[in-house]
Amino acid sequence: MHIPDGYLSPLTAVPLMAVMVPVWGVAVKKVRETVKKKDVPLLAVGAAFSFTIMMFNIPIPGGSSAHAVGAVLLAILLGPWAATIGVSVALLIQALVFGDGGILAFGANCFNMAFIMPFAGYFVYKLIRGNSEILSGRAIFAAALAGYVGITLAALCAGIEFGTQYSLFKAADGTPLYFPYPLKTAVITMVGAHLTLAGPLDAVATALGVWFVGSSYPTLLPRDARLITNS
Amino acid sequence: MFQQYKKLWIALIALIIISPLGTLTQGTAFGEWGADELKEVLGFVPQGFEKMSDLWSHVPLPDYSVPGLPDSFMGTAGGYILSAVVGVGLILIVIAIFSRFVKE
Repeated sequence: MHIPDGYLSPLTAVPLMAVMVPVWGVAVKKVRETVKKKDVPLLAVGAAFSFTIMMFNIPIPGGSSAHAVGAVLLAILLGPWAATIGVSVALLIQALVFGDGGILAFGANCFNMAFIMPFAGYFVYKLIRGNSEILSGRAIFAAALAGYVGITLAALCAGIEFGTQYSLFKAADGTPLYFPYPLKTAVITMVGAHLTLAGPLDAVATALGVWFVGSSYPTLLPRDARLITNS
Repeated sequence: MFQQYKKLWIALIALIIISPLGTLTQGTAFGEWGADELKEVLGFVPQGFEKMSDLWSHVPLPDYSVPGLPDSFMGTAGGYILSAVVGVGLILIVIAIFSRFVKE
């Protein structure tokens, strides 16, 4: 769901970038206040993990592909604001070095995958996990569901963003200027691909990640709260 | 940076090594088609798209491939792994710079 340049009008891409500026500002402030120097390697490996997991493309029936993002895993391990930083860094490198996602569309892509996804997922995780222990069945299920809901909402946002271009921006000859398919098609396809395939993949990655970190480094994630209390 | 969470770094390296699995699917993700794919499917390239799609053309490793490597599976896989290594390395540099602003 890395929107390339050319599918969003500047009238859509620029406001989404403008929304992200204060979000990044708050994220940097929150992370500076709450993430300690010794926890920075966890943020680094988390961002690197998100970058790498996005390279695992899976086929979607109809000839397209999708992938997991891992933003909710970062949110569970480090808090949603740190996830915003980590995933934004991964998306920046993807756009600049690999041409995956546009430059003008960078704000939109960060809004979907580095803001909506970690915060929505984090909310679901907290709601379902309650006070259960980090490695309990309930908490692992909560992590899986959080990844599933988070990535599907991110895909919904992406679908709305480019899907609305179709009716909003037409050339003089009536052809679409940017994204060439209607909103309905965009939303159904994006949400469908993520509800059925990329969502379950992100659910497994998030649950496995929490389980792996929790069992490898039991002191990292306290029983009743996560590493960093910054919400 | 690497001693503290050794198991996590090892897991990351393992993921990078198996990353070429991600190249097995040929399909372009929905909404990520290039100009040639649009032309083929729609019969035209949207005018706004044509103007804006080349906004950033200095991409050194387009689509996680290394220019010049053979178009075989091994070439694609090698380019993909190399891309992952470069990407992860750059991310670590950015986070390391960022961490200078983080309190002790």
